[in-house]
Amino acid sequence: MSENKHIDEVSGVSTTGHEWDGIKELDNPMPRWWVWSFYATILWSLGYTIAYPAWPLISDATRGVLGYSSRQEFTTTMNAVAAQQADLRTAIAEKPLDEILADETLRRFATSAGEAAFKVNCSQCHGSGAQGSAGYPNLNDDDWLWGGDIEAIHKTIAHGVRFAGDDDTHQGEMPAFGDVLSADEIRQAAAFAVSFTGTPSDPALAEAGAQVYADNCAACHGDGGQGDASLGAPNLADAIWLYGSSEAEIAAQIRQPRHGVMPAWQARLGDPAIKQLSVYVYSLGGGQ
Amino acid sequence: MTLVTDTAASETIERLDAEAVNSARTRQPLYAPRKKIFPKRATGQFRRFKWLIMLVTLGIYYLTPWLRWDRGPHAPDQAVLVDLANRRFYFFFIEIWPQEFIYVAGLLVMAGVGLFLITSTVGRAWCGYTCPQTVWVDLFLVVERAIEGDRNARIKLDGAPMSAPKLAKRFSKHLIWVVIAVATGGAWVFYFADAPTLLVDIVTGQAAPVAYMTIATLTATTYVFGGLMREQVCTYMCPWPRIQAAMLDENSLTVTYNDWRGEPRSRHAKKAAAEGKTVGDCVDCNACVAVCPMGIDIRDGQQLECITCALCIDACDGVMDKLGRERGLISYATLADYNANMALATASGTDVINPDRVRDAAGGLSDKVAHFRWQKIFRPRTFVYFGTWSLIGLVMLYALLTRDRLEVNVLHDRNPQYVVLSDGSIRNGYTVKLLNMIPEPRVIFLSLDGLPGATMQVVGLDQPEGRSAAIPVDPDRLREVRIFITLPADRLNDANAKFSFVVEDKASFESDIYRASFNRPGAAR
Repeated sequence: MSENKHIDEVSGVSTTGHEWDGIKELDNPMPRWWVWSFYATILWSLGYTIAYPAWPLISDATRGVLGYSSRQEFTTTMNAVAAQQADLRTAIAEKPLDEILADETLRRFATSAGEAAFKVNCSQCHGSGAQGSAGYPNLNDDDWLWGGDIEAIHKTIAHGVRFAGDDDTHQGEMPAFGDVLSADEIRQAAAFAVSFTGTPSDPALAEAGAQVYADNCAACHGDGGQGDASLGAPNLADAIWLYGSSEAEIAAQIRQPRHGVMPAWQARLGDPAIKQLSVYVYSLGGGQ
Repeated sequence: MTLVTDTAASETIERLDAEAVNSARTRQPLYAPRKKIFPKRATGQFRRFKWLIMLVTLGIYYLTPWLRWDRGPHAPDQAVLVDLANRRFYFFFIEIWPQEFIYVAGLLVMAGVGLFLITSTVGRAWCGYTCPQTVWVDLFLVVERAIEGDRNARIKLDGAPMSAPKLAKRFSKHLIWVVIAVATGGAWVFYFADAPTLLVDIVTGQAAPVAYMTIATLTATTYVFGGLMREQVCTYMCPWPRIQAAMLDENSLTVTYNDWRGEPRSRHAKKAAAEGKTVGDCVDCNACVAVCPMGIDIRDGQQLECITCALCIDACDGVMDKLGRERGLISYATLADYNANMALATASGTDVINPDRVRDAAGGLSDKVAHFRWQKIFRPRTFVYFGTWSLIGLVMLYALLTRDRLEVNVLHDRNPQYVVLSDGSIRNGYTVKLLNMIPEPRVIFLSLDGLPGATMQVVGLDQPEGRSAAIPVDPDRLREVRIFITLPADRLNDANAKFSFVVEDKASFESDIYRASFNRPGAAR
């Protein structure tokens, strides 16, 4: 070792033996306060482990004398936020829906709260953007099976559709016309239904279907095919078809109708959440 | 046991060249105590200049938050304010929003390049004159000298055993230091809130905890760095001394001991001269070491610790004046001039300095001695630095003067991409953000350009569906509106999906455009 010891000529200080491009690293002693700060960090860490949760035990860890826990901090923060929002939440719970819609602050709060609740409870069927899919209504559009004003939306969410567990749920089922009408009559009725908004495959078929429609369908769907929200009878004179818009799909629905079921959310979510959801769905763009 | 001595045998034993790795002879201490420095008060032109800079920089720091600047009823009237709560930065007539932070980044780049420019021309002028560490240490030294006396008195006091007068001096010194430190930390928080209000709040205990915590932290750092650590901060904590070596070149001015006229130094110049020896101008009085706030000897040459505060120049000039010699034994000089003068002073091929060679027959400095010429500042390197610095500054100034105070940002709904309405028309949803970046309320006109036949509905705004809408926006605020655009079924195929949102302030003729697109079945992205 001793023969490797190199003393720098200029400073008289030994070098560490490291050299880069002729630049040698001097082995200067470090300032003593650095050592002090090192000891200070050790003391700090000891105090820290006493004050805060630190040392792992077999099934737990030391709790720390300050009693800090991140879960507690989270709860405190959430409670503080909830306390801040208490006025808004009370107002939403107490005020009728049209007043909530009229109040900019309440409407914004209810919309974002409703959006959060929608993502958790509704998006499984209606989609994360409330765009629906075949058999599950799109909530963005202006076509509503059970009514699109804010109160109607609220009732639908609260009590559901054809939901066995709620007495106030929407009832309304279309009979299976496969048992009543012949296959030809069903094709005719389907062609006639298409003719409300589009061009049927065979005009003669649609013409024949007019009588079938008047006898069997108009009672619920209306003479002009405009539907009836109180029965949940869809509007046939628009561009929106829940189970498909082709004649074959319409015929299948006449023969053996499918009926969607939506649970009642009143008991599960409580009224304030239902109100928030209503405001959110209403705000998607199709509210009437 | 019997000790057997066999000289003959011992001589035959081989002596190994080995030494313990931790032998006391070669062992260096792992750490060393700080050597105390007692800087003597200097007088002279550089000291006067430093007093002036200290006055200006401290004045700027302490007084700026108290300057007022009228921005009307909708914005704060503090000239310089970092409003963290509202994400706004005010600097006199300039207001910066968070998305305009690029200006601050540009200023930092300019500060960096400016530092290169200054360092390449006049060395570490930043360190020696304007660095807060230097300024505050100077301030703390003023207090120390006022209470404990100048260098010799302080050394004496430091060595004296503890007594009531010493304790009183030490206590009052540290007390004043703490007061300065509190004022320093206190001034900092005024930049972040309305200063007069905050001052009242702080005194009455009403201010936010973060204000007290900031003051406490900055009080601690000011007291520790300015009072206790001083030169240690520059030597051990600051990266700039390490970088300076790359920044200096042979034409940079640095504080230089001109040993070509100072050596050989002698404390007994007359005696030596009488003996026929040649002596230089340096009388080895150590005045330059005594005044140095870093505690170094500039005669050892340019070194990492030197902050180029030039106090040694003042000290040495004072001594040269007394001796009747020319000033400038220690001076600002470039390495090029120094080398030229050194070559003049040493006979070629030898290292021995003969100061007679730089003097003329009359005893004055020879005409051949190189002095700094200010033209040396203009070199390719400084041109590049200055050019870069100016370019960034001009680009930023241009951007600042022509920047938009009215902006529109649009988020196109992607889920769902479009909605089919019952009449077969197609609707797209947009979230439109209108930025009114002036402290005045404005009505912003939003209209559609393109997409013939389409109509626009602004949610929450009581206006008929159409192709334009007047939207009021609060002063200095962003307003977010939901917008539905509906395209009738019969226009679906002839419409170009590209269109623009146009926002206008009809009063100021400001406008902005956002190019958007319209999603349709079959054409959706």
